[in-house]
Amino acid sequence: MKVHEFQAKEILRNCAVETPRGVVCHSLDEVESAVTELGGNIWVVKAQIHAGGRGKGGGVRVVHSEADALSAAKDILHQPLVTPQTGPEGQIVRKLLIEEGVGILSEIYAGLVVDRAEQRVVLMMSPQGGMEIEEVAAATPEKLLKIHIDPDTGLTDDDARRAASFAGIPDALLDKAVGFLQALYQAFWDNDASLAEINPLVVTDQGDVIALDAKMTFDDSALYRHPHITKYRDLDEESAAEIEASEAGLSYISLDGNIGCLVNGAGLAMATMDIIKLYGEEPANFLDVGGGATTEQVIAAFTVMLKNKQVQAVLVNIFGGIMRCDVIAEGLVTALRQIGTEVPVIVRLEGTNVERGRTILQESGLTLITAGTMDDAARKVVQAVRG
Amino acid sequence: MSILINRHTRVITQGMTGKTGLFHTENCRAYANGEAAFVAGVTPGKGGQEIDGIPVFDTVAEAKQETGATVSVIYVPPPFAAAAIDEAVAAELDLVICITEGVPVTDMIRTRRKMESSKTILIGPNCPGVITPEEIKIGIMPGYIHKKGSIGVVSRSGTLTYEVVDQLTKLGIGQSTCVGIGGDPVNGTKHLDTVKWFNEDPETEAIVLCGEIGGTDEEDCGRWIAENSVKPVAAFIAGATAPPGKRMGHAGAIIAGGKGTAEEKISVLRECGVHVTENPAGIGELVKSLIN
Repeated sequence: MKVHEFQAKEILRNCAVETPRGVVCHSLDEVESAVTELGGNIWVVKAQIHAGGRGKGGGVRVVHSEADALSAAKDILHQPLVTPQTGPEGQIVRKLLIEEGVGILSEIYAGLVVDRAEQRVVLMMSPQGGMEIEEVAAATPEKLLKIHIDPDTGLTDDDARRAASFAGIPDALLDKAVGFLQALYQAFWDNDASLAEINPLVVTDQGDVIALDAKMTFDDSALYRHPHITKYRDLDEESAAEIEASEAGLSYISLDGNIGCLVNGAGLAMATMDIIKLYGEEPANFLDVGGGATTEQVIAAFTVMLKNKQVQAVLVNIFGGIMRCDVIAEGLVTALRQIGTEVPVIVRLEGTNVERGRTILQESGLTLITAGTMDDAARKVVQAVRG
Repeated sequence: MSILINRHTRVITQGMTGKTGLFHTENCRAYANGEAAFVAGVTPGKGGQEIDGIPVFDTVAEAKQETGATVSVIYVPPPFAAAAIDEAVAAELDLVICITEGVPVTDMIRTRRKMESSKTILIGPNCPGVITPEEIKIGIMPGYIHKKGSIGVVSRSGTLTYEVVDQLTKLGIGQSTCVGIGGDPVNGTKHLDTVKWFNEDPETEAIVLCGEIGGTDEEDCGRWIAENSVKPVAAFIAGATAPPGKRMGHAGAIIAGGKGTAEEKISVLRECGVHVTENPAGIGELVKSLIN
């Protein structure tokens, strides 16, 4: 699960990670009072959307007066912000974070992520703050330090000191930096994060070590034990279709193509998208109905898929293992009767009770196109959209 | 021959008194030598009961001692799954197969740390299990699509494995053992471990490797294959059309920071001498061409 920058900073502050003082604003009035409340003579106006690259899209502005703060806020708030990660239509900005400006002496990168190969959390540090870490890793790998953290000990003093030193933090501030990094690791671990990226982490002219920016994502499987994080979910940042699908317990991702896919199992769902592409068309979505799809879920799946007006045909590819094909077939027939779609539906059923499943489809009177194999199904659906 | 499990394997079901555990234990018992193979259940607090003639114990250690079982399969709910693995490891079982989907990643990091000094092999979590056709099935796969033979199958995904096995069986090609290693980012056995075992198994003639986007396990496996004399390996990588940054169902199936794309995996595997098809419907035919 993704959270906003201001939410990540709230979580970090609660774990004793230092951040600049800031106020979340939903209107220009709130921006005005935030500027007064924060005081000083320099502020940063930051668009709060989930996508990264906000700076590149003009969503982060440094301002020197209340008037400038208001005019920057007016430019950004309620407008779409286009960044390298949003797609061309951008994402509407509904919240701003107004922060006090800080005097920056140096910008550093600090990131924590799960290293799958090592099966541990890895701390990544670089003196090249403010840059994309993938670029640093590719262009100047010697400027990136990775430290794998033993879950039994957590981030040790020695490792934290080595990382801080590597990143060029002055000796006088090393103790502070060690405290910062250990608090960051604890915030990551205790909240079941999957990513915590502080880019940049800055050393200020006041001798502080603070998280100027913060990006965190969390392990969906562990949210059940973190209700305070679950409440940070922002439905405005998710597509209507994805929300509807997740409510029905479906895993759905919208794509750009014209063939809707309804499949059981993530691997087979990806493989089905791949074969559509291989035969020259593009999938309109990824949709995994899971191992035990119910009639209600199949109805929800069709509803979500067909709301996408790009969809010109649907490919249903089910390999019934535990899920019996006759149950799936009944679900399909009920769903299609209820929804009544115009687009061609190609159904490939295989697995347990497949003969009964096929009979149910044939006797339904619905104009379904049945396919015997995955290959046959892919060819038929491609043919259907080409007319 | 086969790898990991055969007709002599004796199995404990952890979480057997739950709905899922009961259902699948019944199915596994109905397959080949299952009746003799599934000898014990474990559910804390329910020891002393008997279900369909299978004794239930409070702990894995007790079940092992009383029945001589050396393998366990886990169906307990996600919040307790890692602890169930820990218990099986502490009881020094040879093999633990965790079917449970949705185990928190930090739980698995802790569990894998504990396993560093252990000889127990873990398959999963979030996997369909392991089957040696016509001998024993431990997991949730449909048994009847399998056929005894000489192809080793290893895959991260459930239904995609069934698809591959079905293609093989319909071409008359049987399997030695099929291993579903699961789609989670932090898990037990990797593709590479399984390929090594298949390579040493005299009955396995060729190997099918089904991978998917995310991580670098397939590449690591490919590099080992390139450096060692290995039986023919056929591969398919799911997710060529997956967009970056989106989790494709499995927690592990995500292209992050430009890494873990299907394109990169396919190119590395091909350089390493692995036979890769980009058509998921053509895996069976590819295998057929390799063994003839």
